[in-house]
Amino acid sequence: MRREIPLFITAITGVVFIIAYFIPHPPFNQIQDLFQTWFQIIAAFAIILGVLNLMVVNGDKVYRRSKGWGYSVIIILSFLVMAGIGTFKLGSKASPLEEGTPFMYLFYNVYYPLTSTVFALLAFFVASASFRAFRARNKEAALLLTAAFFVMLGRVPIGDYLTSWIPLKWLHLSTIANWIMAYPNMAAQRAIMIGIALGIISTSLRLILGIERSYLGGD
Amino acid sequence: MSTDIGVWIAAFLTLGILSFLYKDNPFYKVSESIFIGVSAAYWFVYMIYNVIEPNLLGNLQKGEWWYAVAGILGVMMLFRLIPKIGWLSRWAVAFMIGTGAGLNFIVYLQSNVMKQIRGTLAPLNSIGNIMMIVGVITGLIYFFFSAEHKGLLGGAAKVGIWFIMVSFGASFGYTVMARISLLIGRMHFLFSDWLGLLH
Repeated sequence: MRREIPLFITAITGVVFIIAYFIPHPPFNQIQDLFQTWFQIIAAFAIILGVLNLMVVNGDKVYRRSKGWGYSVIIILSFLVMAGIGTFKLGSKASPLEEGTPFMYLFYNVYYPLTSTVFALLAFFVASASFRAFRARNKEAALLLTAAFFVMLGRVPIGDYLTSWIPLKWLHLSTIANWIMAYPNMAAQRAIMIGIALGIISTSLRLILGIERSYLGGD
Repeated sequence: MSTDIGVWIAAFLTLGILSFLYKDNPFYKVSESIFIGVSAAYWFVYMIYNVIEPNLLGNLQKGEWWYAVAGILGVMMLFRLIPKIGWLSRWAVAFMIGTGAGLNFIVYLQSNVMKQIRGTLAPLNSIGNIMMIVGVITGLIYFFFSAEHKGLLGGAAKVGIWFIMVSFGASFGYTVMARISLLIGRMHFLFSDWLGLLH
């Protein structure tokens, strides 16, 4: 009961999508649309589960006065303030996600700067990592280094400025960078994409047929 | 200098995250904790008003009762927080897995296999097109582990790894430039919007 019903649900939903692809007519296409909307709804609940779990974990840390519990208080408070303003539509009539609402004010002045700064911070770590890793020790490493060099320089104005005096346009850094992106890079990306897709297709089949059951967990 | 309180908050949080470049410090940890809290809150509210309200509550109000099944499965997902009845969440997980598997089977077969093969099969009238065919075939050979990479297969796999290294280098360069552009954006915000030094 604990394992058979989930396996049955997985098989039925998976098969419906495959049938709907080959027979795109009622009732299969209607069931497919319905299942896709259900998927979105359940995925939303999964996000809520993640958020609730974050609160439980941090609430527990505060309750036990574990190391760094003060930061857990900040996590809980910042969540409650922003979620409270959004959920109860404080200062907004329709949706809190519309422009000009207090929720969006927090989005633009707290969430957005934090997100972009965290990702911008990675620029420094990527630079220091490349300083250590970028040594042309063998042919493969030299290829990686050269491709990265051309793409980085070819994507900024100074790259074109450095080579603008060359009469042959195909020797300009931006042209070389675009060529690398369009051909050797795309060729390898395609090989990787096809390889990944074949892996996903076989895993999907294993899931639908009930061969792969690790997602059910123990007992 | 800006007189907008929102810009000041954003500037302090930006500096808080950047302070990690010196070392891990309380100013960074506070900014990081706020980031975690507001991120969770943003997605919580986003899911309520963009998914649950229109797709679940909206359809139920129209009398389409079969959407209640998704609501029930969604609530069952939350049972994971209660260990005694946590196993019930498997039904919702199974639905997600089944939908994902069915959808991925079709989507990946269409877009990542068929379309990519079609895109590769171009006339061999330029160095680029020849390179494309050679790169895709040798790249795939590199990922074929059912036979030992020896002889002709080994040679082809070697060429495949060259293409893959060029691709990794290009992706690395592309990622670095994207991160640098984000950093320039934050610096522009600090020096222009906040301090008013750039015009």
